[in-house]
Amino acid sequence: MKSLVRTFGPLVAIAVLAVLLLVVAPAVLSPFRLNNLGKYCCWAIAAVGIGLAWGRGGMLVMGQGVFFGIGGYAMAMHLKLEAAGPEGIPDFMLLYGDGTMPGWWEPFRSGAFTLFAIIALPAVAAAILGYAIFKRRVKGAYFAILTQALAVVFATLLIATIQETGGFNGLNQFTFFFGYNLYDPVNKKMVYSIAAGLLIGCLVLVWQLYRSRFGELLIATRDAEERVRFLGHDPANVKLAAFVVAAVMASIGGAMFAPIAGIISPSDVDATASIFLIAGVALGGRALLLGPALGALAVGYGRSTLSESFPDQWTYFLGALFIAVILLFPAGLASAVGRAARLVVRPKEATP
Amino acid sequence: MKIDHPSPDDLGQDYLEIRGLTVDFDGFKAVDGVDLTLLQGRVHFLIGPNGAGKTTLVDAATGLVPATGLARYRNQDLLSMRSHKIVRAGVGRTFQTATVFEELSVLQNLDIAGGVHRSPFALLRARRGVPSYVAEALETVGLADLRDRPAGVLAHGQKQWLEIGMLLVQDARVMLLDEPVAGMSAEEREETGALLQRIGEERTIVVIEHDMDFVREFADVVTVMHAGKVLMEGSVTEIQASPEVQEVYLGRTVEGTSHA
Amino acid sequence: MDSFTTPLLAGTATGALLLIAALGLALTFGQMGVINMAHGEFLMAGAYTAFVTQQIVTNADISIVVALPAAFVVAGLLGLLLEVTVITWMYRRPLDTLLVTVGVGLVLQQLAKDIFGAQGDPVRTPTWLDGNIDVFGYHWPYRQMFTIVLAVMALIALAALLKYSAFGRQIRATVQNRDLAETVGIRTRAVDRITFFIGSGLAGIGGVAVSLISGTNPRLGTTYIISAFLVVVAGGLGQLKGTVIAAFAVGIATSFFADWTSASMAQVATFALVVVFLQLRPQGLFVVRSRGLA
Ligand SMILES: Nc1ncnc2c1ncn2[C@@H]1O[C@H](COP(=O)(O)OP(=O)(O)OP(=O)(O)O)[C@@H](O)[C@H]1O
Ligand SMILES: [Mg+2]
Repeated sequence: MKSLVRTFGPLVAIAVLAVLLLVVAPAVLSPFRLNNLGKYCCWAIAAVGIGLAWGRGGMLVMGQGVFFGIGGYAMAMHLKLEAAGPEGIPDFMLLYGDGTMPGWWEPFRSGAFTLFAIIALPAVAAAILGYAIFKRRVKGAYFAILTQALAVVFATLLIATIQETGGFNGLNQFTFFFGYNLYDPVNKKMVYSIAAGLLIGCLVLVWQLYRSRFGELLIATRDAEERVRFLGHDPANVKLAAFVVAAVMASIGGAMFAPIAGIISPSDVDATASIFLIAGVALGGRALLLGPALGALAVGYGRSTLSESFPDQWTYFLGALFIAVILLFPAGLASAVGRAARLVVRPKEATP
Repeated sequence: MKIDHPSPDDLGQDYLEIRGLTVDFDGFKAVDGVDLTLLQGRVHFLIGPNGAGKTTLVDAATGLVPATGLARYRNQDLLSMRSHKIVRAGVGRTFQTATVFEELSVLQNLDIAGGVHRSPFALLRARRGVPSYVAEALETVGLADLRDRPAGVLAHGQKQWLEIGMLLVQDARVMLLDEPVAGMSAEEREETGALLQRIGEERTIVVIEHDMDFVREFADVVTVMHAGKVLMEGSVTEIQASPEVQEVYLGRTVEGTSHA
Repeated sequence: MDSFTTPLLAGTATGALLLIAALGLALTFGQMGVINMAHGEFLMAGAYTAFVTQQIVTNADISIVVALPAAFVVAGLLGLLLEVTVITWMYRRPLDTLLVTVGVGLVLQQLAKDIFGAQGDPVRTPTWLDGNIDVFGYHWPYRQMFTIVLAVMALIALAALLKYSAFGRQIRATVQNRDLAETVGIRTRAVDRITFFIGSGLAGIGGVAVSLISGTNPRLGTTYIISAFLVVVAGGLGQLKGTVIAAFAVGIATSFFADWTSASMAQVATFALVVVFLQLRPQGLFVVRSRGLA
């Protein structure tokens, strides 16, 4: 009975979240608020991946914005081409360029290819980078710094290629999402539901991963990487798998972010954006199942609310959040609550 | 010295052969041309003063430090293999300071060690029940009662047993144990010794140890190392009678650093 | 000739800037294991110190001379404050120091924005640095040479401090074995604090040099922090010579890449270079060997 609760309790929690996001939220929130919630869901999807890589795998991924961006830009390119019509080319290319489209845009006319690219591109990129890094046993702070450098480089590259990627402004003004008009509130709701559904899907996936032997192996690798080697596993492969999954999740989050936010730009994917993604994970509890997602939703909400009312204060808040959470509750607010709850409950349990 | 091999078949294959093994740390030879043949069915002890190169020898045979010479097991050249492949070939080890996965339970620790034999796909499924080989290892090392405890809370000695249990689950045919009884109480030592003899019947066991009482009681064969070289090999009685060995150890004994 | 000397000389100056930024990191990261992401903001604080000094001492010729020690103290005190309030609690969690100091960096950036405005301010060059010399057709600005001189002086001072002074010996003792150092009477906590003060102070000096080249800017720190860390990583921990070689290598390489392609492609190429380099030498240029499984 007890073990049944332990195994399926989390599933129940995920189900509750699913009901809240997919049934309650669309019913009670205004279209504007719902769209915002959709954005938080996208960040939460990336956060679930960060929880896997960092919380369970010990890899502090400070450059997830890159993979978020790969998915986001891939989707945005498709939407731009959809908006431009069958033979058309994106408006900004006429504005900034000579009116010709680079060849590598062409395949993104196809929706199927775009969906494939959203999964495959980050997977391949993460696999190559991860292979190079993990096989040579680069880890800890070195790894974190390299990933952050990657985010800096990625954003710089985007800004510099205004004719190909829209530069600093990024890609925006999408009209259709796979044939559905994005100005229609019903369709907007549908796009939101897809994002929320994908978040739930990712949560179920990591739930299974965490209870699987791979999940145990990942924790083992996090806590004593070299020891794992002497169990006959190559820890590099274990970490690589988690890193690739995290990258794909970030990419999915980014892909849904583009149609929901209506824009994807370098500031959504650069080093600061990557750090922002980590903030939610740290707040919610990096090693927990639901912690990263809930944390990301909360931080996303905080960001909207604070920057609506005090635009300048948001950065202070984010900075303070990092300092307070990491310093005082390194396992996240959820575990702090849990600890407090146990302190309250335990005295009663003590008498058998 | 006692020589009884369990079966003639195994004699052909199941031994770890080390020839001219040398580990060079920037000019300092921590292991210097060591020859050793480690046969199955024996508890083999490796002794020697601090810094003799015992740990380094094991490190070299398990791919942790680069070495020259030869280390061969079942026709596989260990020196050219990477650590996790060596483990998969059947050569397992423990460390001077017990390293277990503190956050995982005893059961999970043991189960993970069985991962060598699982396909990547099987890794994605959750464990159902307790695999028989894990249950067996739990019994053998006497941790069955502590199955669901996090390994982090185990006593020092229990962690060493857990490590030995992990080697059992791993089905290591050769076990290289680096000071497994250091810091154990007298009873724990006895139990460990008995455990080693039990599991040693069908395995090749190498124990690095300082405590001569323990060596005397449980060793089949003893190799004495000094300054990276093999000083002598033989039975406990032969070793103790040797003036050379006494000389090497004299400093230690006089200083009173030897066992209680 | 020009396509060679220009990037070489400009790159050497960039390398020197990186070196000053990285020296402090090499000290706090290399010696103490603290990953201070706010180090870039200390650099920024140094630049703003130069700016503020110039508002008080309006003569640019003199203000720079005042700014250098002032920036050292300002950034050093910021570092000390950080050590005492935050880092103290985190010596066992090096990766977490990284995140906490990211937060500190964000706060400092926003502070600078609120105090000095989001736009940068120029810092006037002293007349004795205004000008250039002709090296094979490249007009090499004195300011760039000044950066190199500054870097070399900082390097020599730091190396001498570590190697010859009693305090340097205490740092090294603390790094090698904290407990033992304590038993022989070294006050390791004080050593930590002074080390952090000096490391952060070096960033302040770097900030003054940066301000002469590109003025001040609230986001100035973010421009340098990652490259400086890459330099420390590529150089290997525990030895200054690795940091020196890596700083100039990265500076010069970036400069050449920029000359051949564009500034942003140069960043990409440099990053790729560091990753490839770490493939060859995962521990960086110079490795201090350690034993065991750690
Ligand atoms: N990575 C290394 N780099 C340099 N020297 C090393 C390294 N590892 C070990 N040594 C040196 O090699 C020698 C042998 O060390 P080793 O740990 O193998 O001795 P040991 O016999 O296991 O000693 P103990 O009984 O203390 O465990 C020692 O002098 C040690 O300092
Ligand atoms: Mg040893």
